[in-house]
Amino acid sequence: MEDQVIIGLEVHCQLDTKSKLFCGCSTDYRSDGPNTHVCPVCLGLPGAMPVLNKRSIEYAMRVAKALNCMVLEESEFSRKNYFYPDLDKAYQITQYDKPLAEGGYLEIESDEGGEKKVQLTRIHVEEDPGRLVHMGNAERGKYSLVDYNRAGIPLIEIVSEPDMRSPKEARKFLNKLRATLEYLSVFDSDKEGSLRVDANISIKGSERVEVKNITSYKGVEKALTFEITRQKNLLRRGQKVDRETRHFLEARGVTQSARSKEQEHDYRYFPEPDLRPLRVKSWVDAIVLPELPDARRGRFMAQYGCSLNHARTLTGDLKLANFFEQVVRGDPAGLSGLAATWIADTLIGELNYRDMSLDRVEPAAVTELVEILKNDLITDKSGIEVLRIMLDQCLKNESCETPAAIVTHLNLGKTTGDTGAITTAIEEAINENPKALDDYRAGKAGALNFLVGQVMKKTRGKADPGTLNRLLTEALKTRGA
Amino acid sequence: MAARTIVFEPADPCHAFLTTCSRAEYSDGPLAGVAVAVKDNISTKGIETTCASKILKGYVPPYDAHVVGLLKAAGAAVVGKTNMDEFGMGTTTENSAFGPTLNPSDTGRVPGGSSGGSAAAIAAGMVTMALGTDTGGSIRCPAAFCGITGLKPTYGRVSRFGLIAYANSLEQIGPLGKNVSDVATLMGVIAGHDHRDSTSRNRPFSHSPKNEIKGLKIGIPEEYFGPGVDPEVASVVRKAIGRLVELGATTVPCSIPSMQYALAAYYVTCTSEASSNLARFDGVRYGPAPDTKKSWHDAYQEVRREGFGPEVRRRILLGTFALSSGYYGKYYAKAQVARQNVKADFARIFAGVDVIAGPTMPSIAFKLGEKSDPLSMYLADILTVPANLAGIPAISVPCGKVRGMPVGLQIMGKHFEDERVMDAAYAYEQAVI
Repeated sequence: MEDQVIIGLEVHCQLDTKSKLFCGCSTDYRSDGPNTHVCPVCLGLPGAMPVLNKRSIEYAMRVAKALNCMVLEESEFSRKNYFYPDLDKAYQITQYDKPLAEGGYLEIESDEGGEKKVQLTRIHVEEDPGRLVHMGNAERGKYSLVDYNRAGIPLIEIVSEPDMRSPKEARKFLNKLRATLEYLSVFDSDKEGSLRVDANISIKGSERVEVKNITSYKGVEKALTFEITRQKNLLRRGQKVDRETRHFLEARGVTQSARSKEQEHDYRYFPEPDLRPLRVKSWVDAIVLPELPDARRGRFMAQYGCSLNHARTLTGDLKLANFFEQVVRGDPAGLSGLAATWIADTLIGELNYRDMSLDRVEPAAVTELVEILKNDLITDKSGIEVLRIMLDQCLKNESCETPAAIVTHLNLGKTTGDTGAITTAIEEAINENPKALDDYRAGKAGALNFLVGQVMKKTRGKADPGTLNRLLTEALKTRGA
Repeated sequence: MAARTIVFEPADPCHAFLTTCSRAEYSDGPLAGVAVAVKDNISTKGIETTCASKILKGYVPPYDAHVVGLLKAAGAAVVGKTNMDEFGMGTTTENSAFGPTLNPSDTGRVPGGSSGGSAAAIAAGMVTMALGTDTGGSIRCPAAFCGITGLKPTYGRVSRFGLIAYANSLEQIGPLGKNVSDVATLMGVIAGHDHRDSTSRNRPFSHSPKNEIKGLKIGIPEEYFGPGVDPEVASVVRKAIGRLVELGATTVPCSIPSMQYALAAYYVTCTSEASSNLARFDGVRYGPAPDTKKSWHDAYQEVRREGFGPEVRRRILLGTFALSSGYYGKYYAKAQVARQNVKADFARIFAGVDVIAGPTMPSIAFKLGEKSDPLSMYLADILTVPANLAGIPAISVPCGKVRGMPVGLQIMGKHFEDERVMDAAYAYEQAVI
């Protein structure tokens, strides 16, 4: 029997507020130099005191409501005490035994294909520590520099129950969570380091391992896959899995045992005496949630006739969903079907291949391409060519041609009306390949396909497949085949 | 208008100051040109602030504490930073890394602590008013030992923003002065809401003390006159309370049974908070950095071992232990229950009286070096810590002498009735002048 894999996640997301959690410093630090977005409070200078940013609590409560959590009547901030050079006060203000919200769930697509609820344990609010920059490598570097720009950025930590059964499900959980947070306008996944994950993972019946320091969506699947293999191999060899904390080394794709010193943490939590208890449960009713991914998926199926898979893909990312609706806005009835296929199946693949952001693509250009395809002016094959040229041009920041211009420029227009060119190509193809004609006569099915391919080559893919088939069959017939 | 300056170059035989500003600027306002001394745990922009600790030697805050901003706005001249027990941890000001302050009444004795420098500066006539901080008696004790007046305000009445925290949930910044009127004036400047301190309340102070106390009901807790209190001190304080009765007050005997656990609750709470507050002193951002190429872990140990004095290290260790996993429930959580009991006792008593009175300290000022064992020093705080645990206002006003040394009368009041304790103190002061 296959060993059952048990996965729970702790996801830290930076809330996209304008100012930090406990001071007025701006959170927009990424393009500025180190230690430029700091003040006595987020530097932890002696005597400075935290003042809670109301907006971050509102954002966190939006998430709590969207994830069906119960906001506690009274929650409380606590100090998590530990020494580390990136932690300016030597304690992190976080929430411990009275978090903002408890319970809740997030629905994902299970590995079996159906919908599955991943139960949540809690959501709490905390401050981000600063950041260390190691000069040289971490173990034997010459020195480290510390940047407190990140110190005090509001984070929410969302803790799931151990409800996931595969790395793929964990990835789906994260994708769905990211989409939900973006729909709520509280999170920007484009910002570097805006999401960090710790994963708890075990094989049923064995000890649990915590994998820390996973900083990308792809990394989660990689880290978990590595860790499952490691644990299964241990068990197969009759060894046992130690209960421990491991770090994920993204570059090498492996997990590594944390030094035992780091595992002996006693955080000595106690209530933060400089902040008052939080009584915000009554705010929940006033929160009006926007349309969330599941609702939008349903709407895409009903309104645009999208398939479940297309709707899931398109609404699984806020920008993509908005992009789709912009593309079809002018003619939903006419364009939706083709647009869904071209965006969900083709465009995303081409973007991923180029590691290119959707932001670089003009919806109007895709609308134009889909219209050209809908009017049967080019073949699907040419459509892909046009799309690729268009994306490559955008990527190189060249002046981007419109799809219509590319079609004209490369003379990709279908030769439907002009059967002469196809007929000529057919004649040539048959004359140049007498063996194919013989094979066809002998009833070999491959021969026809071979000739179709030859004709396509000669017309550079512009021949309408239907017309080509009809004319070729006729031509063969006239030769007594 | 250009700022004016006063010259402040006092001889300081009692070592009240750690830093003096020889040319102190001042401006217009109710305190225009008044020299005010500030305890060295209150941040002053551009003036070294050390908490009397080696670990902060050379630290010059880039910002003013809220109260310092208010002082400047009122026209006062901040003339210097006063000595104290390191980080406020002590009852004698002997725990200063830069040497003890001496009691101006008898230089062989301590001035009390931890705001010993502020009290001595006033008693020696160097300034008329000063800021101190009171975590478990640190304003009232030196006020009593030095023969001046000091108020621990209601918790939340004065912003703590810029006060280098020792025990956040207990401490308040408060005024010390030669007399009750000075204390009231200074309190009027520093009290009120500050959005930068989430525990501060919008309760400004604008009261001129009145000596009309007819009908005032004074609770007299038996514990304040029991074992451990010097009988001579108790007798002087009883006489002072008798004087208040002559002025029209009445007394009601009462009891604070929770005092049995008050000292333990106080020391568990303040050391726990301190262990966390003082963890940031690691030599990375300010203070002396280690001259070492060790790993950060070892460098921290080196800085902290060298930088903190023995009493601070003791309290950090105690607090770290009290918060440890497996001990939290036994110590910190229990201390909070005991604290609730103290609050409940005060609430019960205050249902029947207006103020509570007793001695500030169980004895007169100790001789230098007399309290060498920590526990006997801690026991001296027994009469002052209940007000901090409950967050209520308490004042110490001079009420006579024992063996030539000043004795303080302590008057405690209900939450936000700082005015009433001040009136009672003022009535006494005016009656004995």
